[in-house]
Amino acid sequence: MSGPNTSYDPVEVAALDPAAVEAAAAAALAAAQAASTLDELKAARGAHQGDKSPLALANREIRALPPSAKAEAGKRVGQARGRVAQAFAARQAELEAERDERILVDEAVDVTLPAGRRPLGRRHPIELMSQRIADLFIGMGWEIAEGPEIEAEWFNFDALNFDIDHPARQMQDTFYVDPPEDGLVLRTHTSPVQARTLLERGVPVYVAAIGRVFRTDELDATHMPAFHQVEGLAVDEGITMAHLKGTLDRLAAELFGAGITTRLRPSYFPFTEPSAEMDLRCFVCRGEDPECRTCKGMGWIEWGGCGMVNRNVLTACGVDPDRYTGFAFGMGVDRALMFRTGVSDMRDMIEGDVRFDAQFGMEI
Amino acid sequence: MRVPVDWLREYVAVSPDATGADIAAALVAVGLEEEGLHGGGVTGPLVVGRVLSVVREPQKNGKTISWCQVDVGDANGTGEPQGIVCGAPNFDEGDLVPVILPGGVLPTPQGPLEVSARKTYGHVSAGMICSERELGLGDDHDGIIVLTRRFAGDDETLARCVPGADAIAILGLDRETVEVNVTPDRGYCFSVRGVAREYGHATGAVFTDPVTALAAAAPAPTDTGYPVELTDESPVRGRLGCDRYVARVVRGIDVAAPTPAWMRARLTEAGMRPISLAVDVTNYVMLGLGQPLHAFDLARLGERIVVRRARAGERLTTLDDVDRALDPGDLLITDGGETPIAIAGVMGGASTEVSSSTSDVLIEAAHFDPVSVARSARRHRLPSEASRRFERGVDPGLAPAAAQLAVDLLVRYGGGTVDPGVTDVGTPAEPAPIALSAAFPSRLVGIDYPADEVVDILRRIGCAVDADGDALTVSPPSWRPDLTTAEDLVEEVARIHGYARIPSVLPTPPGGSGLTHAQRVRRVVADLLAAQGLAEVWSDPFVGADRFADLGLDVDAETARTVRIANPLSDEEPFMRTSLVATLVEALRRNVSRGAKDVALFELGLVTARTGPQRQAPTEDVGVRPSDAVLATIREAVPHQPRHVAWLLAGDRDRAGWWGAGRRADLTDVLELVEAVAQALAVEVVVSADDAMPWHPGRCARVALAEGTVLGRVGELHPKVVQALGLPERTVGGELDLDLLTVAADHTVRARTLATYPMAQSDVALVVDRGVPASGVREALVSGGGDLLEAVHLFDVYEGGQVGEGRKSLAYRLTFRSPERTLTTEEVSRLRDAAVAAAAAAHGAVQRA
Repeated sequence: MSGPNTSYDPVEVAALDPAAVEAAAAAALAAAQAASTLDELKAARGAHQGDKSPLALANREIRALPPSAKAEAGKRVGQARGRVAQAFAARQAELEAERDERILVDEAVDVTLPAGRRPLGRRHPIELMSQRIADLFIGMGWEIAEGPEIEAEWFNFDALNFDIDHPARQMQDTFYVDPPEDGLVLRTHTSPVQARTLLERGVPVYVAAIGRVFRTDELDATHMPAFHQVEGLAVDEGITMAHLKGTLDRLAAELFGAGITTRLRPSYFPFTEPSAEMDLRCFVCRGEDPECRTCKGMGWIEWGGCGMVNRNVLTACGVDPDRYTGFAFGMGVDRALMFRTGVSDMRDMIEGDVRFDAQFGMEI
Repeated sequence: MRVPVDWLREYVAVSPDATGADIAAALVAVGLEEEGLHGGGVTGPLVVGRVLSVVREPQKNGKTISWCQVDVGDANGTGEPQGIVCGAPNFDEGDLVPVILPGGVLPTPQGPLEVSARKTYGHVSAGMICSERELGLGDDHDGIIVLTRRFAGDDETLARCVPGADAIAILGLDRETVEVNVTPDRGYCFSVRGVAREYGHATGAVFTDPVTALAAAAPAPTDTGYPVELTDESPVRGRLGCDRYVARVVRGIDVAAPTPAWMRARLTEAGMRPISLAVDVTNYVMLGLGQPLHAFDLARLGERIVVRRARAGERLTTLDDVDRALDPGDLLITDGGETPIAIAGVMGGASTEVSSSTSDVLIEAAHFDPVSVARSARRHRLPSEASRRFERGVDPGLAPAAAQLAVDLLVRYGGGTVDPGVTDVGTPAEPAPIALSAAFPSRLVGIDYPADEVVDILRRIGCAVDADGDALTVSPPSWRPDLTTAEDLVEEVARIHGYARIPSVLPTPPGGSGLTHAQRVRRVVADLLAAQGLAEVWSDPFVGADRFADLGLDVDAETARTVRIANPLSDEEPFMRTSLVATLVEALRRNVSRGAKDVALFELGLVTARTGPQRQAPTEDVGVRPSDAVLATIREAVPHQPRHVAWLLAGDRDRAGWWGAGRRADLTDVLELVEAVAQALAVEVVVSADDAMPWHPGRCARVALAEGTVLGRVGELHPKVVQALGLPERTVGGELDLDLLTVAADHTVRARTLATYPMAQSDVALVVDRGVPASGVREALVSGGGDLLEAVHLFDVYEGGQVGEGRKSLAYRLTFRSPERTLTTEEVSRLRDAAVAAAAAAHGAVQRA
């Protein structure tokens, strides 16, 4: 590499010799091309374009020429410098592009390394199921009502036409608050929300209530002392059992797919008359396997009770039963989740093991 | 209710090729849900065997086994005797026994079991000699079935018992029983008669009421019957405890007469154990017709029966040998008015029980008030077959026919003679007629039922119908006490016409307002926490006092604001939780015990927070709207149950991995969650130091609204709590009242215009005493910095030699911005100095050089 020209002699004009200029330019062009790194290019640029480079010196010599020679020498030197500058710029761009490309290559990482510094949490699938149900009813123009879990017996039983001596009241496996004379229970169904709603909102009313209810069942694979129900209540002029069936069919189709087969079967509940149970065609065996474990060979799976609101309930809640009719239903949300997702052991839903939630997304 | 199919066929013309499953399917349509099908569980070679030889071989384990050679005819394919090991000793050479050969299948609780030849006790046992239980015929497992004994006196069957004959048919194992669930309104279906009637409704098959012929055969009451007197000093709800009592006397029954095999079979199939002829007959009549009967040993009765309420202090030893204190509410059958001999409709007394030496019996067929029976059965915890039927309503017209059937059977199979005297006292109330508009079923169900079809259906179910145009007057039959309102009749019309024919129509509500604010808030908070890495759980709300103690809480104070469950699943956990953390710890513990190390949980749920003493919520009669005052009392008695949100974090908040070490969850993480919730709801919260269990006294923060309402606390769990509950060290968590947050979040944010002039930043390091809370310094900076102070960011906290003992340095970056112009350097300096001055004034802060 050429060092600074220390033997500069301002009187010497040989630097403007055309051959010398051409040689300096050629050397510069060769050096630019020869530089293989940006650092080499920078050094070559210093040697061939710097203040002390032959072409810079030649340029400076022009001033010393007689005016007649200035123009030609100036043109020659200027063109040579222009070509050199262009060559260096081009090489600069080339080398920068190469470098940028190399950096990107060097920066490559293993994209298959696991992520997971902070895993996502989850909503509980039962809550997601409840939201889905709520959204369906909201979409149909209903509203979502609520009530307390520790409830007055009056709301849980009396208002719903459960006579104090009625066998059904004994059937309920109720948790009573101590002392039992205080008339408080853990609600055995979401139906007390019916009574609260009718008393508070009046009619017409279309509400669903989704929440936790309690029965004195020991926890096992198919029973839980606390579980979830979705309650529906529609009271208006002209409400019929056909409306009940239509609403439940819609709910079933929404939760289990449009192909689901349902049936209404006569049953008995104190708070409805006529009363029915809604069954779903077993979606495991479709009613074709007498040994089916899901439906125990029955072909149908009980989903919940329903019926036309008993006139005693309407009366107890201050609604004129001769003008208004209504339907009500109470379906198992946990069962719906089991049907929909194949949960086989109810304990998984209640024990709070995060692995249960983690199987599901945030939309169910 | 278990209905033997051949019994059902006796009352209704079931199609000959209908199987149990077909019958069950038909009954479902009219409201009798299938509970199960029984019978047909034994398949393969079950044959009659004759025991040729028995060798009793004592074993080392103390048992004696019987090594038998059994003649099974040609059933084993060889005609040679079959070698079988049997554990039971209750048979001898020459006995005929049921033998299941290899390849046969027995029903077991664990599922079908295929029998094979197997080596046992030193022999190859090629099959089994079976007990009742093994064949699913009953519970008896004390010995094997000896056919010679089982069918003693039944020559016809005995004649079929030859070695090698198919024992499945002989034992009735090919017979099916349909089990249906009977809803409480239809007591009459607790009988084959009732189910047969419904089968007729379901299929159109002809139903022949067995009662018709029996009633015709029953003699009219006479004056010479056994004297019975009905009294009731305190009727329940104005209804007499007993409104009909039929008594018949049969004498000279052969005490040795066995119950015929067909009756034993039917009883067994229906789920009852055969006991003795007299008892079996009463049970048979009850199962067949639905009338509970009681048989008294006539020899132990005095001159007359008096039905009355119990007196204080009276006692009765019932059939189950329990000495019971009677309640004045109990209706009694008494001997001569003095000695109690039965709790009416519930259970008889031991002293007049029919025994193995009873030859003269008095048959009672009575009608008792459902409520009175229900109360007695409940009071004495004595649900019996009789009480179950009386509670749900027994046909009051049935008693004479039922008594007649019992008499017929005792005469025929026991050789008894019936007394000519017939007792029939009392007058049951006729069912009240119901007014029904013929259009009402259509209006309620949404199907067009023609008026004549409505009338026809009601008549088919036994009602008398008077039609006057659209106005019908309907008198239900005596066996349908459940039919009392027009809606009850609508259900009958709908179910007989078929629920399957009800169309599916969506109602058209007027339109609602969507989710409520509170419901939306819940979703926001739960979704947010899940997105922050927390998994939602829901835990059971039951806790014990020890949980309060383990959490370091005042047990008395906690129990005073919750409720105790009178009948908890576990006596250890009788209380409802007063905080979510109290039950969330259990979910945390369960996850850890299953191997999880880094756990972050949250729950949204109700807690109990009663203020003041527990109050009584009155109960009222059904069908009546209580007064506003009573309703208010009921509502106020329901304890306050606010909805809370709580979370617990244990182990690493940021996980360790190939990227490096993890970071343990600490107080800042739970504060961050508070901040996230507050920001998500656009609610300003204030955090301050606190000291409250279950939190670490130096690492507990109180979270409040700006106006002061406390929302809850977050912190690190107290080391004692961690230890007591066996939780991971340094578990952090928090709990906030979501209801209060919901109210605070119920506002609309007013938007500000965004300032677009450049911001200016200035850093200050302030030295304060170690005890000064950072929040206080921040507050002072904010108030001193004025409106142009846009943000205060604490970027460093330092304690050490350079700032002096007991002091700390807080380094803040202050950001200023004006909505109107670019701030000058001088202005920024002046504003910063003002902020610092405020901090100095409030907390003695000194700007660090």
